[in-house]
Amino acid sequence: MIIKRPSDLPPSEITPEREYLGRRTFLRRAAAVATAAVAVPRVLAACARHQDAAGGGGEVESAGEVAPQQDTPNSYEEITSYNNYYEFGTDKEDPKANSGRFRPRPWSVRVEGLCKKPGDYGLEDLLKPHAIEDRVYRLRCVEAWSMVIPWQGIPLAAMLARFEPQPSAKFVAFTTVLRPSEMPGQRRATLPWPYIEGLRMDEAMHPLTLMATGLYGKRLPNQNGAPLRLIVPWKYGFKGIKSIVRIAFVDRQPATTWNIAGPDEYGFYANVNPDVDHPRWTQSSERRIGEFRRRRTLMFNGYADQVQSMYAGMDLRANY
Amino acid sequence: MLRRLKPLLFLFCLVPAGLLLWNAYIVVRGTEGLTDLGADPIRALEIRTGLWTLRFLAITLAVTPVRQITGLGALAKYRRMFGLFTFFYACLHVSTWIGIDWFFDVKAMIEEVVKHKYIFAGMATFLLLVPLAITSTNGWVRRLGGTRWAKLHRLIYLAAITGTVHYLWAVKKDTLFPLAYLATFLGLLGYRAVQLLRHRRARARGDRRPGTERTRRAVAH
Repeated sequence: MIIKRPSDLPPSEITPEREYLGRRTFLRRAAAVATAAVAVPRVLAACARHQDAAGGGGEVESAGEVAPQQDTPNSYEEITSYNNYYEFGTDKEDPKANSGRFRPRPWSVRVEGLCKKPGDYGLEDLLKPHAIEDRVYRLRCVEAWSMVIPWQGIPLAAMLARFEPQPSAKFVAFTTVLRPSEMPGQRRATLPWPYIEGLRMDEAMHPLTLMATGLYGKRLPNQNGAPLRLIVPWKYGFKGIKSIVRIAFVDRQPATTWNIAGPDEYGFYANVNPDVDHPRWTQSSERRIGEFRRRRTLMFNGYADQVQSMYAGMDLRANY
Repeated sequence: MLRRLKPLLFLFCLVPAGLLLWNAYIVVRGTEGLTDLGADPIRALEIRTGLWTLRFLAITLAVTPVRQITGLGALAKYRRMFGLFTFFYACLHVSTWIGIDWFFDVKAMIEEVVKHKYIFAGMATFLLLVPLAITSTNGWVRRLGGTRWAKLHRLIYLAAITGTVHYLWAVKKDTLFPLAYLATFLGLLGYRAVQLLRHRRARARGDRRPGTERTRRAVAH
């Protein structure tokens, strides 16, 4: 579901915002979406058509789940008040409540490892050469809830290309900032800080992979991972590392925080897979925030067409 | 104590459920903005009804130790009420899971119970509480006789452990609160274990003081 420029869609295909809001189930909130004004209806129309066209993975309606037909973006309030960001506390409300003192600017990222242009890059320097794009993605948490989020950001491939990674670079590793003075959750060893994550090179260079800088046309709030947050929509949300201060090109698969914390529960690949349960709970269905009935979880979070070739021949149960 | 205390206490015990149901009603009504239940109200309902079940379980199990330590014998008449409120919140918790979370998808729920140990532990806890709720009346105490009734109601200790284990296995990473509940229950059970040992030793010593047998039975449940 890549939307590069809203003007790609002819005006005749715009579904009136009212119609889309009318389809929402009784839990849906409208307030924040209204503020996104022009862009949202076009984006929604394109999402719905893409979803229907792709067949949504061919799901069959069963007693407990409804076949998804459209992915309406969640409200700004939902997206910014329900977060897993343990650096600010482990409750869903904690990141919004406890990230007030966090300063996402000034910000710089250390780029190092197997590349030709390593160094310390300031945030403005990182973003200036690139056009910010709109991307509406599903986000699926490993806890079996999901949202649809209208991100703004830069394709990671474009950002990384600038550093000229060497052919020997097989993986990219990321690190979150370590700042317990502004991140109260880091004063407890809930997870080994700082948070680290990584991607295989082809995953990092994939067109879907985004380095997000905003959502709903506004700067990324602290609780969503300001100022830079990785988005890998076909993987579980914990792969989307937040508040990134380090990018390293490496030749060996990097360690990742949730895999360290729970080696038999959280893997490196963490591809959304309804056929591979978490050891303690099911992954075959999910709660879309704002909806009443559960949804069937889609392979690769519904992005199978675009990503499955990267995993051809791989045992996805062994490489969870 | 005031004669009005029991009805008043009863109302206080209903307050958490009242607040949850009120918030759920606001969610269903669909007015703008998120309620106190947050972005995932179904999960919030499950978590909060579950926590109140464990809290009332702890309160119920605390009645006897508190009564013995403070000498406030009057507390005894509230124990059944707290026990039934434990069952009440357990019913809310299970109903939310069955009727709202899984929307009566029996096949999916059976799979959950069989495949996922935290659900198994939760379902086991609820099933343990059912006979306790049914036999909570005076009629049943008479029918079973005091000793058999007391033996049956020792199941509450097992329920406290399985309930806490259900909670512990359900959380992703932050085990602080589940372990705090576990510590609480182990303390409450430990108190009884100590009392039991002391009375057994007293009897072994030949201590046949009147009241010992009654005290031992009272402590055991």
